[in-house]
Amino acid sequence: MSEQEQTNKPNDGQLQLTRHDLTASFWRSGFLQGSWNYERVQNIGFCFQMEPTIKRLYGGDKKETAKAMKRHLTFMQTTPVMSSLIGGVMMAMEQQRANGEDVEDTMIQSLKVAMMGPLAGVGDPIYWATIRPVLGAFAASLALSGMGVVGPLVFFVVWNAIRLASRWYFQKLGYEQGLNVMHDLSGNLLQKFTLGASILGMFILGALVPRWTKVNMPLVISKVTANGHTTVTTLQDIFDQLMPGLAPLLLTFFCIWLLRKKVNAVWIIFILFALGIVGYMFHIFG
Amino acid sequence: MSVLSLIVLLIVAFLAGVDVILDEWELAQPIVACTLVGMALGHIGEGVALGASLQLIALGWMNIGSAIPPDAAMASIVSAILVCGPAEVSVKEGIALAIPLAIAGQLLNIFVRTFVVFMSHVADNVAAEGNLRKLDAIHYLDMVVQGLRIAIPAYLVTIISTHAIQAAINSIPKVITQGLSIAGGFIVAVGFAMVINMMANNTVWPFFFIGFVLAGIKSLNLIGFGILGVCFALIYLQLSPQFNTTVAPADSKGAPSAEDDIDAALDDL
Repeated sequence: MSEQEQTNKPNDGQLQLTRHDLTASFWRSGFLQGSWNYERVQNIGFCFQMEPTIKRLYGGDKKETAKAMKRHLTFMQTTPVMSSLIGGVMMAMEQQRANGEDVEDTMIQSLKVAMMGPLAGVGDPIYWATIRPVLGAFAASLALSGMGVVGPLVFFVVWNAIRLASRWYFQKLGYEQGLNVMHDLSGNLLQKFTLGASILGMFILGALVPRWTKVNMPLVISKVTANGHTTVTTLQDIFDQLMPGLAPLLLTFFCIWLLRKKVNAVWIIFILFALGIVGYMFHIFG
Repeated sequence: MSVLSLIVLLIVAFLAGVDVILDEWELAQPIVACTLVGMALGHIGEGVALGASLQLIALGWMNIGSAIPPDAAMASIVSAILVCGPAEVSVKEGIALAIPLAIAGQLLNIFVRTFVVFMSHVADNVAAEGNLRKLDAIHYLDMVVQGLRIAIPAYLVTIISTHAIQAAINSIPKVITQGLSIAGGFIVAVGFAMVINMMANNTVWPFFFIGFVLAGIKSLNLIGFGILGVCFALIYLQLSPQFNTTVAPADSKGAPSAEDDIDAALDDL
């Protein structure tokens, strides 16, 4: 601690965040969405994340503290993990401002707004639409194929390792690079990462659709008796001969089509419930 | 249910309620939440089985923008209590019950998120005083409300008599329970569809179909698919002209010079 205090106020009384502040922000960032609300979404959580910075830079000054809190209680909405990158940049900006550099309050705010949209644009597809579902499906299939508790354990450990590493790295990157981070982001790297993740995700989903969607159609189409042998052909046999997994594929496309028609996912589930019940009544599905 | 089980159960329910809004540790994802409830109630096997099945259904339930997804915490916790608790509801019935529970949870979540708008204005007043400690308190309070949103219903379910639950479930006609159990196999497709719908574009569709065809090879497990998928992604990124703009000019420079040589040779003739 004393070592940090020394590096804290070295040359000409410049204010600087300590390692402790960075760690505290890192842990606090994990509570970003705790006060999710319809009006300003993650605002309280983001201010909560910025607290160690505000304390360090404006600690003794109630007026400056109030101003800083107000700055960070404005509208905030991004992929949770990405708040660490934004937070890191904000920490760097606030530090410059506190040291008397020419950083306007409005600039800090407009920068936050400028970052959150594009970052959600890459964060949502990567974390919510790829990593979590692919990992979840992987863990679920481990559990269902007899591995039991290994499934949930793998999910929990791998997800949190990725999440914590991302948050730590993003915050460091944002704090060290400050505004330059926007330049890094405009490069190809994030695009490449997003595309790579979607390729992996789509490929895995292609495999999961026929493996885990269960459509069984025991409806008897024909019954041929020849030489004392009775050959029964069910609707399922016909589908399987055309292409294994065809029925799950068609069902999935039907769902995608409904989603694109703006039908709510919950309604689609109810439609499928009805389909199951009606199909069972007429012995089509079993 | 012993007192200890009940306490552990309520802690799990509370944490799932907090984490379903945080979306950080993913304790509320069915595969984790149901397993934890199973542990609390001494039926891990059933908990894992229910959680894994619900996980596939809930793949596409994500917090994006201001849309509130069906609530994974309520669905997982309450249906896991019914399946792993003394009522011993079957896993298939548990899956069918999870969907209406998810919607009930979603509605409650809408209430809480609206309530927090009010708290957000309280936070503005606190900010005006420059009081960071009170801001912390507001944030914690909001999370406690989210935790109770799941913990209270979970407690209520544990005090309903086992006979009442079983009688209610047995009174459902066989056509419905069988139909729902069949549909349980279908509704996984909705989760897949939601995720595909988000990722799909002309570039990545072919990879979906490659995966679909390879799924026919039964000996290829998911780890194998993972390795293949990463390789496909890397190969695509290496070859895609979109990311090789620095290489392209070098080539195009080379090409004209070759043509120039030919032109020069032709001129000589």
